[in-house]
Amino acid sequence: MKTCLVVDDSRVIRKVARRILEDLGFEVAEASDGLEAMAWCSAVMPDMILLDWRMPGMDGLEFLRRLRAEPGGETPKVVFCSAETDLDRISEALDTGADEYIMKPFDGGIVAGKLDYLGLAA
Amino acid sequence: MIEPTDRAFLADLCLQRAGLQVDPEKAYLIDSRIAPVARREGFASPRDFVDALRADPDGRMSWALVEALSQSETDFFRDRRVFVHLVDEVLPALAAAHGGQPVRVWSAACGAGQEIYSLAMMLADAPGTPTATELYASDLSERALEKAQAGLYSQFEIQRGLPARTLVRHFEKQGDSFVLSPRIRQMIRWRRVNLLDDLSRLGQFDLILCRHLLPQLAPGAQALVLAQLQRSLAPGGRLVLGLRDPTGDLVAVDPAFGVYAAPSEAARSAA
Ligand SMILES: C[S@@+](CC[C@H](N)C(=O)[O-])C[C@H]1O[C@@H](n2cnc3c(N)ncnc32)[C@H](O)[C@@H]1O
Repeated sequence: MKTCLVVDDSRVIRKVARRILEDLGFEVAEASDGLEAMAWCSAVMPDMILLDWRMPGMDGLEFLRRLRAEPGGETPKVVFCSAETDLDRISEALDTGADEYIMKPFDGGIVAGKLDYLGLAA
Repeated sequence: MIEPTDRAFLADLCLQRAGLQVDPEKAYLIDSRIAPVARREGFASPRDFVDALRADPDGRMSWALVEALSQSETDFFRDRRVFVHLVDEVLPALAAAHGGQPVRVWSAACGAGQEIYSLAMMLADAPGTPTATELYASDLSERALEKAQAGLYSQFEIQRGLPARTLVRHFEKQGDSFVLSPRIRQMIRWRRVNLLDDLSRLGQFDLILCRHLLPQLAPGAQALVLAQLQRSLAPGGRLVLGLRDPTGDLVAVDPAFGVYAAPSEAARSAA
């Protein structure tokens, strides 16, 4: 089973994302900020990371930079999932190493489409 | 309140105008689609809208009815591999057979433009010299065409099927919406076309896309539209249908990608 780490400081969003991803056949783990996510990834790299941008402590972009510098940190597909909809900021996320970008609010159809594009569909 | 006899009248009107198969038993569907149109068109109630249609079944309101009861939702790059196949295989083959003449492509029920724009963006982004194409798109719905021409999509619409890289490359933000660059929009020529009407004035096309419309049509209309589209195909042309669309007597060329040829044509090229 493919694994996905959901990183978001909102418990509600994590819950919504978990439901969608589990329906798509993923095993889901949660982290509430970049630091916690980093600890998770040093133990096991997931197949995919759904990543919020604005979080207290280590934000999504900073996490992504550090992840990509880790050994094995190139492997997970990273999909940003953020309320930021400015196209320059989206470009910045992609240039930093994100594979895809989802603007909040989102639904199952949007997530499924992105995973399909990334070749992660079950 | 819309009565059962009214629903039968509305379903029949959709069939006459557009070939649409509407089930008059689906009261909830019909009521929920009619109410917003009635409001938008300034009627005090759905009842008044139906009365206006009865008084003038050939008028402008009948098109508002058809728009309301046809299924127009779609994604960008719907069944993505189909687009890859068209750009990598089908279009270059058609171009080669043409000796460099531009390949004429027609999106024959283009909705709000996602399908033809997906193709246009892929052609614009293709490495090397993209296949020379002329892109045409049409729909029955004026509203769909206006939206398509404006190239303006909501945040929800834009995220359906469109990769983020493609979004930032070809779109600008406009308020809460996203607008496609003029460069891509200018690649398409638009026209309002009812596929039940005589299509001969449109000329012939090398590649016709008619995806996700046929399942909405009554059997007779399906056959009529398929026959008309076959006649609009240039020699050697290809018709692209949705992956679960009915295919009539067409000859499968690459059915995994929805690519078909006219039967007479297949006989000719096999000979
Ligand atoms: C689901 S959309 C298909 C969009 C696009 N082909 C795609 O696959 O992405 C179906 C479209 O068919 C149009 N349509 C319905 N009846 C039609 C007719 N008789 N002639 C032309 N277009 C029609 C509707 O207005 C609607 O926009």
